[in-house]
Amino acid sequence: MIPQEILDTLIKQFPGVTFELKKAGSGDPSILVPPDRILDVSRFLRDDDRMAFDSLMCLSGVDYTGGRMGVVYHLDSMTKRHKVTLKVEVSDDQPECQSVESVWKTANWHEREAFDLFGIRFAGHPDLRRILLPDDWVGHPLRKDYELPEYYRGMKVPY
Amino acid sequence: MEAVAEKPLTIPGFPRPLKNHEMIVNMGPQHPSTHGVLRLELIVDGEVIVDMIPHIGYLHRCFEKHAEYMSNYQQVIPYCDRMDYIAAMSNDLGYAIACETMLGIKVPERVEYIRVIMAELQRIASHLLAIGTFGMDIGAFTPFLYCFRDRERILDLFEQTCGARLLYNYIWIGGLSHDVPPDFAGKVADFCTSFKPTIKELNSLLTHNKIFVERTAHVGVLQADVAVNYGASGPVLRGSGVEWDLRRNDPYSIYDRFEFDIPVGRGEVGTVGDCWDRYIVRVREMEQSLRILEQAIGQIPEGNVQSAIPKRIRPDSADLYVRTETPKGELGYYIVADGTTSPSRVKVRPPTFVNLSILPAMSRGAMIADVIAILGSIDIVLGEVDR
Repeated sequence: MIPQEILDTLIKQFPGVTFELKKAGSGDPSILVPPDRILDVSRFLRDDDRMAFDSLMCLSGVDYTGGRMGVVYHLDSMTKRHKVTLKVEVSDDQPECQSVESVWKTANWHEREAFDLFGIRFAGHPDLRRILLPDDWVGHPLRKDYELPEYYRGMKVPY
Repeated sequence: MEAVAEKPLTIPGFPRPLKNHEMIVNMGPQHPSTHGVLRLELIVDGEVIVDMIPHIGYLHRCFEKHAEYMSNYQQVIPYCDRMDYIAAMSNDLGYAIACETMLGIKVPERVEYIRVIMAELQRIASHLLAIGTFGMDIGAFTPFLYCFRDRERILDLFEQTCGARLLYNYIWIGGLSHDVPPDFAGKVADFCTSFKPTIKELNSLLTHNKIFVERTAHVGVLQADVAVNYGASGPVLRGSGVEWDLRRNDPYSIYDRFEFDIPVGRGEVGTVGDCWDRYIVRVREMEQSLRILEQAIGQIPEGNVQSAIPKRIRPDSADLYVRTETPKGELGYYIVADGTTSPSRVKVRPPTFVNLSILPAMSRGAMIADVIAILGSIDIVLGEVDR
């Protein structure tokens, strides 16, 4: 199934929800999903026989600057042999999005990473802790407005 | 005297307070069988694992932050080398393919063939290390020496080509840093001929060794549906009996031109998806890599390996996800370009990061000693898990 067909099915399945198909340059086409519907949409995409997206390849946080941040989901169906990219956009002052950990277990660590590096909170995640950085780290380093700290625990950081 | 009620102990990441008879055992970060700096917090009931909380990040070197701070796309490649330092060629290949897809570059045929040869040699080298250290974790020291002896010969071939033994910076966007030396194909052919008997030797030393089978069969069983849901890839997924290899199922480079089989775990000595199955998949993949090598070395066309290298890389705003099959599994690069000469975001989907996240699910109910076998069978590289 191509992304346009997947979009049409989603619009039929979820009346009243706005989806948007985006494609920029040589990139992959993607479907924009509202942050409070991503769990329903994910569950539908996994369980529906026409979709059968059994695997979440990758989940990434992105800072688009200008007050917008995003979560990007790359889905793959091993049985149907099709792929789709879902995107969620959130604001950067209160970035919050639904967790898809209950749909694909692999999202657990990916979401922890996105929380760690971008500060995006995933509602419904069972164990949202930092994963790569120390527990006492201040700030979320992959945000574009992150300022490199001069000191770590009183030690001057050489640059 | 009134008894003081003890406050139940809670641990971040473990959903309930500990019961009286449960204990915490810390394994790592400085533990020989954790293959680097990985700390596992084991919650045990006697010798049985109730749950496990992996702590990673000890080797975090901010790859993604570095990639954004580089002044151009090419400068990211040496950092890719340092993620999975056991299979640096495969990491470079994934990044190069991602950038080429974004720019629409078609690389010369000679480059494609050399890349496939390098990637397959790297796969053999990586699997040799995985098998050798896996055996050593379980107590077999001799296979480790045999594996490293053969791996050394592959590293020699790489050294002759690009001067480096571990971190190559060899596969560039649009081409290669050097052409191969004149007698390279002959040397690879010699390696293939002499390596085949040593796989047999390895099988007789380790594969059917009674102690090894006792330690690995029926241990750490991973069901196929669980593996898919957890996003497992590479030998971990194939060990569970799922015939899935990106070289076949989502071909990149010129892998669609070669004949090779995809070995899967069949539960020959235990249950499908146990540690032995993940091990045997690696052994058989080395044989298949030899097949690809033998087909590829006969067909390398003449050409200039640097003719398609772009002088200046400045892709239009776009984002794309490109995945390749490294020795450890699916390595994905999600690159966001914003129209400047350096990437706005490079997210890596490291295969071992995802494979390691299954470890708690595989270890529950096993013994402490089994954790070492299960961890060894996943074949993690902390440089890639932590980036």
